[in-house]
Amino acid sequence: MNANQLLKSLLIAVPMLTLAACSSSQGADDAASQQTNQQQQQGQQGSGVELDAAERTKTPEEIRAEQMETLRQENIVYFAFDDSRVSSEYAQMLSEHAEFLVQNPNVTVTIEGHADERGTPEYNIALGERRAKAVAQYLQNLGVSSSQMETVSYGEEKPLVNASTQSAYAKNRRGVLVY
Amino acid sequence: MSMMKKLAFVLIAAMVATLLYRPAQASLEIVITDGIDSARPIAVVPFRWLGDGPAPEGLTQVIAADLMRSGKFNPIPTNAMPQMPSSEQEIDYPSWASLGVEAVLVGTIEPYAVDRYTVAFQIVDVLRGQITSGSRVLRGGELVSSNDHILDARRSVINGDQFRQYAHRISDVFYETMTGEPGAFMTRIAYVTVNHNNDKPYELVVADYDGYDEKVLLRSPEPLMSPSWSPDGNKLAYVSFENKRPEIFIQDIYTTRREKMTSFSGINSSPVWSPDGRTLAMVLSKDGNPELYTMDIASKQFTRVTRHHAIDTEPSWSPDGKSLVFTSERGGRPQLYSVNLDSGQVRRLTFEGEQNLGGTYTPDGRQVVMVNRTQGNYHIAKQDYPSGNMQILTQTSLDESPSLAPNGSMVIYSTTHNNQQVLALVSVDGRFKARLPAREGEVKSPSWSPFLR
Repeated sequence: MNANQLLKSLLIAVPMLTLAACSSSQGADDAASQQTNQQQQQGQQGSGVELDAAERTKTPEEIRAEQMETLRQENIVYFAFDDSRVSSEYAQMLSEHAEFLVQNPNVTVTIEGHADERGTPEYNIALGERRAKAVAQYLQNLGVSSSQMETVSYGEEKPLVNASTQSAYAKNRRGVLVY
Repeated sequence: MSMMKKLAFVLIAAMVATLLYRPAQASLEIVITDGIDSARPIAVVPFRWLGDGPAPEGLTQVIAADLMRSGKFNPIPTNAMPQMPSSEQEIDYPSWASLGVEAVLVGTIEPYAVDRYTVAFQIVDVLRGQITSGSRVLRGGELVSSNDHILDARRSVINGDQFRQYAHRISDVFYETMTGEPGAFMTRIAYVTVNHNNDKPYELVVADYDGYDEKVLLRSPEPLMSPSWSPDGNKLAYVSFENKRPEIFIQDIYTTRREKMTSFSGINSSPVWSPDGRTLAMVLSKDGNPELYTMDIASKQFTRVTRHHAIDTEPSWSPDGKSLVFTSERGGRPQLYSVNLDSGQVRRLTFEGEQNLGGTYTPDGRQVVMVNRTQGNYHIAKQDYPSGNMQILTQTSLDESPSLAPNGSMVIYSTTHNNQQVLALVSVDGRFKARLPAREGEVKSPSWSPFLR
């Protein structure tokens, strides 16, 4: 599955997950009893019947929330060692973010820059900032206003994977778009 | 040599026994990993208790541990001592000399008042004692007893809760008597701990240099970085992300009073106090990319020091306060440079290795201690001036954040051991190495205090 297909399937799957999460947020007990009711209703109506619901028209806020939720699922750019160039494999992902930000000029994003644990913490803060800025510059080139973007570098202070292995380092050298 | 090895073994066994006996007293017990063999043999004889009832404990153990940790001395274990003298007159010199012991510390503890004690001690040179003790020399036309072998003798009254502190004081006197350099045993370290099992995982901590008397100064849900001591030892400057961005704070370690110094957009990092305590050097990226600045603390006036599109970071003051050593990528890879604060002239200091970072001058200004990267390995290294000779001091992995003891004898740094960040010590000559064992969570960013007297 390429990135585009993945994104499209997420566009469908994620809002559903979100709605499910909303309904169950009232409490685990409520959700459990609702499920039991549904099962009972289906049991009473017998077999051969299919139930379906009409789709309610979404408000622009809801659509934006859904889009944002989708973008939150794909929001990390990984970097090579001691490098802050954005690899072309993130072109599709970043263009989705850029499109959303251009369409929603009131939305702001914080771009976090991170480094792996090698090198000194203070140097890694500088390296993390350079990565965050590289992502910001990339989005700016796609038309996103600089006023919508903030960068913050955490250096090596907030690793994604807490281990001293090459694969952990690769996961920790990253830029993260946070809405 | 085998004798020394045996002694070292007994010594380590004795230390381990001590650790097992009192595990709760310190969270940072020190494990010596290298360098006992080359240290000078000495004896710290348990001080004689001249009171009734149980004797106050621990004084001489603290002194022996201090002196061993300095890397310069190898105190022989108590059970290897030929006798337990409490003063110079009781010393049987040949028996100590035959063990190769250079100097003996003897003393007494005597009740003075309620929870007050008189502690007296003598530092005695064994070789000179063998020659001159009991002999008489002609002085001022008279024959008098020679006391040349008594290198120092002192007497003080202390409170019951001051034994640890006074032990460090005696260690300082012994160290200075024997080496000619001031001891750094009455000092503290500041460091950051990270434990993700806590809802506030990040802590700024100060402790005695040996890990005792730990005090948490700040707990935060967000990262803390780069603690740095004021020259008077009363304050720390550090970076806190508590507002989801890096900001520089100064905190009084005794009053908890704290002040936010900078909150510019971008990086606010690496605050370090000038030797006169009036200025902070720091790194800000408010003007585009990371540059060195100085900030006059009283007037809050900033002066930009560097001007380069590459990363400039990690400033550290020269002892005379006239220049900063810093890390820069202006040559392609991170290397150390110095900048003269008056002229702005920049000079490259390091050329060996793939990278050199985090430089600090030794107090005499003749060496710079740094993190060196060679073949992908990060180790603590030092470079001599003006010779430019470089020496790798450590063999641990992912070494960073070196900080020097105020007497320039030892470096404390952060390293990775068993996949966990811990603190370690190495002597500036590279011979003595020790590790402060891990505890729950990570320990990093150590900063050694100035002399606290």
